[in-house]
Amino acid sequence: MSEDFVRIEGVSKAFGSGAPALDQISAAIKGGEITGLVGPDGAGKTTLIRLMTGLLLPDAGTLTVLGFDTRREAARIQAAIGYMPQRFGLYEDLSVQENLDLYADLRGLPQVERAQVFDELLSFTDLKRFTQRLAGKLSGGMKQKLGLACALLKKPRLLLLDEPGVGVDPISRRELWKMVKDLTSEGIGVVWSTAYLDEAEACTSVLLLNQGKLLFTGPPAELTRRVDGRVFKVTGIEGRRRPLLASLLDRPGVLDGVIQGEAIRIVTEPGARQDVLREGEGTKVNPAPPRFEDAFVDLLGGGPGGRSKLAEATQTQADADTHVIEARGLTKRFGDFTAAQDITFDIKRGEIFGLLGPNGAGKSTTFKMLCGLLKPTAGEGRVAGFDLRRDTAEARNRLGYMAQKFSLYGDLSVAQNLDFFAGVYGLKGQHRRDKIKLVTDIFDFARYANQSAKDLPLGHKQRLALACAVMHEPEALFLDEPTSGVDPITRREFWTHINGLVEKGVTILVTTHFMDEAEYCDRISLIFRGKSIALGSPDELKARVASADNPDPTMEDAFIALVEGSEKEAA
Amino acid sequence: MWGRIHALIIKELLAILRDPRGRLVIIVPPILQLFVFSYAATLEVTNVDIAVLNRDSGKWGQELIQRIEGAPSFRRIQRTDEQKKVHELIDRQEVIAAVQIGPDFSRALEAGRAGEVQVILDGRRSNASQIVAGYLNQIIARLAADLATPRQLSAAVTIVPRNWFNPNLTYIWFTVPSLVAIIALLIGLIVTALSVARERELGTFDQLMVSPLRTHEILIGKLTPPMLIGLFHITIYVLTAVFFFEIPLRGSLVLLYGSALFYLASVVGIGLFISSLSMTQQQAILGAFVFMVPAVLLSGFATPIENMPDWLQPVTYVNPLRYFLVVVKGVFLKDIPLSEVLHNTIPLALIALFTLSAAAWLFRSRLE
Amino acid sequence: MKSDGSHRVFSFSRLREKGKCRKKITDGGRMSASLRRLSALVRKETYQILRDPSSILIAFVLPLILLFLFGYGVSLDATRTRLGVAVEEMTPLTQDLAASFQASRYFEVKMGRDRRDFEEALVVGEVRGIVVIPQTFTSDFTTHSHPQIQVIVDGTDPNTASFVQNYVQGVVATWMRQRASETQAEPPGINVEQRFWFNPELTSRNFLVPGSIAIVMTLIGTLLTALVVAREWERGTMEAMMATPVTAAELLAGKILPYFILAITSMTLCVLVAVFLFGVPFRGSLLALYAISAAFLLPALGQGLLISAATRNQFLASQLALLSAFLPAFLLSGFLFEIGSMPTIIQWISAIVPARYLIPSLQTVFLAGDIWPLLLRNIAIMLLAGVVFLGLAARSTRKRLA
Repeated sequence: MSEDFVRIEGVSKAFGSGAPALDQISAAIKGGEITGLVGPDGAGKTTLIRLMTGLLLPDAGTLTVLGFDTRREAARIQAAIGYMPQRFGLYEDLSVQENLDLYADLRGLPQVERAQVFDELLSFTDLKRFTQRLAGKLSGGMKQKLGLACALLKKPRLLLLDEPGVGVDPISRRELWKMVKDLTSEGIGVVWSTAYLDEAEACTSVLLLNQGKLLFTGPPAELTRRVDGRVFKVTGIEGRRRPLLASLLDRPGVLDGVIQGEAIRIVTEPGARQDVLREGEGTKVNPAPPRFEDAFVDLLGGGPGGRSKLAEATQTQADADTHVIEARGLTKRFGDFTAAQDITFDIKRGEIFGLLGPNGAGKSTTFKMLCGLLKPTAGEGRVAGFDLRRDTAEARNRLGYMAQKFSLYGDLSVAQNLDFFAGVYGLKGQHRRDKIKLVTDIFDFARYANQSAKDLPLGHKQRLALACAVMHEPEALFLDEPTSGVDPITRREFWTHINGLVEKGVTILVTTHFMDEAEYCDRISLIFRGKSIALGSPDELKARVASADNPDPTMEDAFIALVEGSEKEAA
Repeated sequence: MWGRIHALIIKELLAILRDPRGRLVIIVPPILQLFVFSYAATLEVTNVDIAVLNRDSGKWGQELIQRIEGAPSFRRIQRTDEQKKVHELIDRQEVIAAVQIGPDFSRALEAGRAGEVQVILDGRRSNASQIVAGYLNQIIARLAADLATPRQLSAAVTIVPRNWFNPNLTYIWFTVPSLVAIIALLIGLIVTALSVARERELGTFDQLMVSPLRTHEILIGKLTPPMLIGLFHITIYVLTAVFFFEIPLRGSLVLLYGSALFYLASVVGIGLFISSLSMTQQQAILGAFVFMVPAVLLSGFATPIENMPDWLQPVTYVNPLRYFLVVVKGVFLKDIPLSEVLHNTIPLALIALFTLSAAAWLFRSRLE
Repeated sequence: MKSDGSHRVFSFSRLREKGKCRKKITDGGRMSASLRRLSALVRKETYQILRDPSSILIAFVLPLILLFLFGYGVSLDATRTRLGVAVEEMTPLTQDLAASFQASRYFEVKMGRDRRDFEEALVVGEVRGIVVIPQTFTSDFTTHSHPQIQVIVDGTDPNTASFVQNYVQGVVATWMRQRASETQAEPPGINVEQRFWFNPELTSRNFLVPGSIAIVMTLIGTLLTALVVAREWERGTMEAMMATPVTAAELLAGKILPYFILAITSMTLCVLVAVFLFGVPFRGSLLALYAISAAFLLPALGQGLLISAATRNQFLASQLALLSAFLPAFLLSGFLFEIGSMPTIIQWISAIVPARYLIPSLQTVFLAGDIWPLLLRNIAIMLLAGVVFLGLAARSTRKRLA
């Protein structure tokens, strides 16, 4: 089993004149295990996978895949691998069966074996009921499984998966993981690229990339070891935990910190003493098991501080007890299909509220109804007291919207994007110039001002999207998967700003598949089959599913157990 | 409200013009098209080959052939003695026409009788061959006139042609003003048809819909930039027409631009309508083509509308190009009065009103 | 979704055993594998064509609209041109002449006494021309002292203007011949007998319909093909295809075949409608028709593939296809305007427009018959252009992403 499936020797690849996408990478990938290709967006993961398929050629160095050189024998490699590109490579206007037939023919799967293979793959991926459905009409999780099935049609020796977890809910992700794990037991080599560091942790070994450089290669636990004894969980916090996190982060010796439900997770610098964390009477500081992400942040030199200049420049919003976002019996029907049914909740000023749920369960329908993108069939949604259907413009003036993938106009420069959003939200004259200057200073946009937004590194895109969404000082901020694929440092910076804004009274509604983001929420509504099946704080939800087997469940465990519990009830 | 619309207009303009490839596509092809097609769209016929079969042995047959050879429109005169060869030359399109001079030609003319000439033309290229027939008839008529007696001449009715507005019937005086209207349609339609479809494919349309922009503000923001681009094209074309092609501009520029505003608004309205119907960019582009081709054919550009059958003429009432062609040619060459401009601009305003309201309604209904 | 934590284990073990027995692949086997991949690609493309309303629109609806417009509506034969006739002096002679204008099937005549009655109508386009029969006409005619008629035409549309002039001349000549035969006077001059072969009535649909078929095939072959390939790049499916054992040649053939068949189908539909509904004569053979269409589609498809490979972007692909294929097929192909009369540089450009060779061939097959020397020459040029375009397309479609 220890034969090298992929040998990468001194590989470099550059596009255009910019910094190389991959710089002097050397590594080996083995069969029979899952190798994680880990790193934030722009690290070079996709480029490396494409180099392995032979669709790109390295500028320098050599790649040998299954014993074939990618330069000379690309065709033989392509006959022996399975590859699932981002967006899964499916034809959306073909049905599930037609996609399978197409790839079976292209991969030369013999006719006699087809019935059996299709049957096995369809039950394996649980798609049997949907063979006639168009791929474009499948949910994200189902598309992902179909993409995998297409890559597996003719048993590959090496399976290359490019970010299979993006846009996919935790249940589908976990199912996919199990499927892939089974394949490795037959000796298949799997390369799984991901920006989620919790996925990386489960791999047999990882290649950790950042900005085209290989930072680490080996089993993830080996990297995690470097932060042994430096990870703590602060619990029993009195008062608000967000200002405490901000203050902790600014103390000497504190390297990194994130909010985890009611608690705060802290990584200290080597040699720092635990008592820098001491705080009040009831607060307890306990050592916690280190995670891969802690080590990665440590490797990158620690997270940002706890101050948000953005929040400091924001005016405090008064009367903390009013409900800024209200959903009253929100219902949406498409034909005879009910996408959301009787969704009701209130979000207080200065609260972070999360909408979670599997793909296609009604989470984005609810989100869209609340920010005015969809008209509810029944019920009403209010933002800052304004009805979204009647006082549309007033309501919209008071909300900010950030969908991490789609917010910006890529063809416009940074400065032009800022100008546009300031204008659309009605900022005028000196006030407008001041606001633009302010966010330009805070986020250090001056260097990029004339660059097209689409050419920015993802981290800067994300900062720009945030700046554009908050310049008009909205009372409510709608976030749609705000940090997926972003590197952990930028992610922490983002949440520092959000935490700061929340302390000033801004109200946040966030929808996400990303459990780390869920942990930042004060309350979460879990939506499944169009209904809210659980509403409570992250810790409450986790407590609900705690059992003897699993006394300290993660947010993901809670998510999966609650959804499966609801499904069982319905059955 | 104006601040918001202003921001949107700037954004739309930048989205088209900031990308160098986009700038290139907006500026170069329209100008290239104007030049190539102004010169290509000509109804004069030159450089064609003619076959001659002379069965006459006298001097008048020779005289006729020499006059044909001397005509500037014909490149080569192929003389032949065989009927079969004439067939072959025309069949293979090696000549466009064949002139056959009868055996009795000179004798008849000298005897004061009418000589017989047969002209065979290639009906496959019926446009060009009709024109060639005209040229040949002129040459033959001039020969006949030279033969006529003074008495015959003074008895014949002469027709004195007067070409108003375009004394030499210069074809380019017709093409260039027409192309102003047609190219503004082609570009305006594709640019607007893509504008909403592309935002929808990229996902940024949601961002617009959650902003405080109202539907009519989005509409104004979306229609102004293509109109500005259209006005820019029209200005370039007018300048080129006047200073490069030296076409007289007899009417009022104010009327031309006033009418152009409504023309562009109606074109952009149709583009936005197509755009909000389409799910993808491909559908938007192909949809624009399916409108464009019949619109050009039914505009009166290639063939006068009054020659179309009665049931078809009402279809042209919804075609903005039909009205603006009258205005642009009229202002350039005829100095048409205000009433006539109004007469053709009011329908444009109605088309714009209807298509823009329909597009607004489609925007909103997509939120359901 | 599973609830009990157990899950299906997928095993390849059975298949692996079989795989071992089939180690040797013969040449025949490789051939049939290639054919199987190709037919899979063609099948996929067919489903996509049938499911996207816009491809049906461009391949079947637009051609029918074009044919109907050319067949019923738009014709270059002016039959009802509005003409003002100003008779300045009413005499039996002038009335007789005016009556022959009214009798002409080419004009819709309005009568008047003064040219000023029509001047405004000419400005606003209500009449296309004015015939003025002057006061002195009757006396000049009877005394043989150079009788004159004036024709004023609207020069803003030179086409219609010269048409009006020619037909006015025709009407007057016929009238004079009638007068001459009545008065037994010998008509002077030369009798010209004109014959338009292949299309004696000069019915314009007879040559417009073949031309519009060429435009339809250009739209399908170049525009549609360029768009669908650019779309595969934009959506990332091209990448997934390339990572399979498919070869570049199979990918190209997998695009060429379906759109070739689509264009041929659309062309067949057009020909059937043209011949059986509109009565356009079809004097050649089906063999010639399909041979020239097939020869044309090679460069058209090659151009489409080349455009998409060079742009990988639908907006730019559509603009390039519009500029380099659609407009030239209309304007630089000899469809509406004589190529020989254009400036030399534009004639050079037109030499690489494939439609330029298709349109005369189609007109020949429809109206003249199988004139093989002409058809073969055009087929040879189109095939040559096809080889060049397809070669360039193949060069730019290697299995590489960058």
